[in-house]
Amino acid sequence: MAAGPGGLAGSTRLERAFREEWGAVVATLARRLGDLQAAEDAAAEAFAAASVTWARDGVPPNPGGWLTVTAWRKAVDAHRAAGARWTSIDPQVLGSVAADALTAPDIAETDMTETLGDDRLGLIFACCHPALAEDVRVALTLRFVAGLTTREIAAAFVVPEATLAQRLVRAKRKIRESGIRFTVPSAPGRLAERLQSVRAVVYLVFNEGFASSSGSSLIRDDLCDEAIWLGRLLHRLMPGDAESAGLLALMLLHASRRAARLAADGRPVPLAEQDRSAWDSALIAEGTAVLDEALVLRSPGAYQLQAAIAALHAAAGSFEATDWPQIALLYRALARVDPSPVVEVNRAVAVGMADGPLAGLAVLAPVLASGALAEYGPLHAAHGFLLEKAGDSERARGAWKRATETLDNAAVREELLRRYVEPLTERNPGPGVENGDAAP
Amino acid sequence: MKYALLIYSQLNADEYGAVLDATRQASDTDGPWVKYTRAARDAGVLVGAEQLTHDDTATSLRHLGGDRMVTDGPYMETKEHLLGFYLFDVDDLDTALDWAKRMPTHPGQTIEVRAALSGLPWQRALAD
Repeated sequence: MAAGPGGLAGSTRLERAFREEWGAVVATLARRLGDLQAAEDAAAEAFAAASVTWARDGVPPNPGGWLTVTAWRKAVDAHRAAGARWTSIDPQVLGSVAADALTAPDIAETDMTETLGDDRLGLIFACCHPALAEDVRVALTLRFVAGLTTREIAAAFVVPEATLAQRLVRAKRKIRESGIRFTVPSAPGRLAERLQSVRAVVYLVFNEGFASSSGSSLIRDDLCDEAIWLGRLLHRLMPGDAESAGLLALMLLHASRRAARLAADGRPVPLAEQDRSAWDSALIAEGTAVLDEALVLRSPGAYQLQAAIAALHAAAGSFEATDWPQIALLYRALARVDPSPVVEVNRAVAVGMADGPLAGLAVLAPVLASGALAEYGPLHAAHGFLLEKAGDSERARGAWKRATETLDNAAVREELLRRYVEPLTERNPGPGVENGDAAP
Repeated sequence: MKYALLIYSQLNADEYGAVLDATRQASDTDGPWVKYTRAARDAGVLVGAEQLTHDDTATSLRHLGGDRMVTDGPYMETKEHLLGFYLFDVDDLDTALDWAKRMPTHPGQTIEVRAALSGLPWQRALAD
């Protein structure tokens, strides 16, 4: 279950390497052409050429450079062939580009490899631009940064492939025509704002994989792995950004529990009952180390706080032996940085464990009264958990029932029904849904 | 790259009229829009700007079949009305959005940011 350095379940390291190379070529061309479609087309042609030439002459010493320069020439050729009818590339840019590529391919090659880090970041920032709809940012990032195919993305998000392809076409056109640049924003304020959008996209992919909102299986490993891969890339490219490190740490620490989160028959196992020996110690070690790096930067934020909470869970020998007072404090800090009723739900569970169920119910009361989360399943699951712990089984059962009515995920819903609603169990082992630390 | 920042408002014709009257009477030389316009001009990015009459007074010419028909009213009756625009020449969408964010707008107003195309044949006629 370990994500491993390649981090891609169900595909080989070679495929991953292939996709990395493809992503690098697209990033390099997109930045110089300002056009994702043209970059994609040229990359496709370069890879097709490689499959012929490399089979015949062997793999060149610098395959990445070969692919990039070849793709570059293909883009220039395409521009020439299209002549004046080509409208997708600024003619001025292409003029200078064509001259460079044709007269000094060697210089172009060195230049391209040196700035690869910037190219990749520029591509990430363009794909995650706030002027694009959130689902479009996710699709663009998975397609062009992670290198998934349109079919794979469509399957992951359960949308028809044609629909997704259409969205990507429109998004590429918007990037080109509206002047979204493939660059890293230079103004500090703008960089912070745009980075926030990048992290949100990565975390959205992770959460879609970790607690899928659609479909019947609880965890979709492929999406978790893609998100972690993206998180590693972002952390590598922006090592000084504490929140990006925090995000990576958070994902690694959550992913470490994957194998224990589902029973053999696919049913979700609450945190309290998970077999902690099945947690991935390599991921925990990596996540904790990345979190330590982040904390040293002394620039706290929501991802680091959540990662710290996950790290405390990972370090605990059992559910009961967890440092709940510390977790409750971290949730309070999180509520200050990023106030939301969802955080309050999680804090209520932690306070309930640290100071007793009545204290937890007191935290939950305003959330329940506000009605803001009336349709949020984990709220009712937490309510049921705390009521049960306080000895009020009758009302707890009502809360569990409400939880089953509001949860989207079929596997979690069925498990709650089985446990708490149909036959009332004698003992309440934990919050039922593992929401105490996975949400929001 | 040129960007049109289109200013939409939910004011109806009467409300808009009242706002315009008040604006003219104030003969404000240092109001928020005056400052904004001056800042854009001083930054050297302002190409042009216009404030329009309410679309309640618009006249539309519809090309239907073989006929060109004049009708009273805007192209489309909507709750939000296009009341004016600024035309900026800036590097990218982020910069255009920054100028949009700086506008002293009121709640209920919407700024639509649209990039302008360049290099089209008809545009050469402008340079002749």
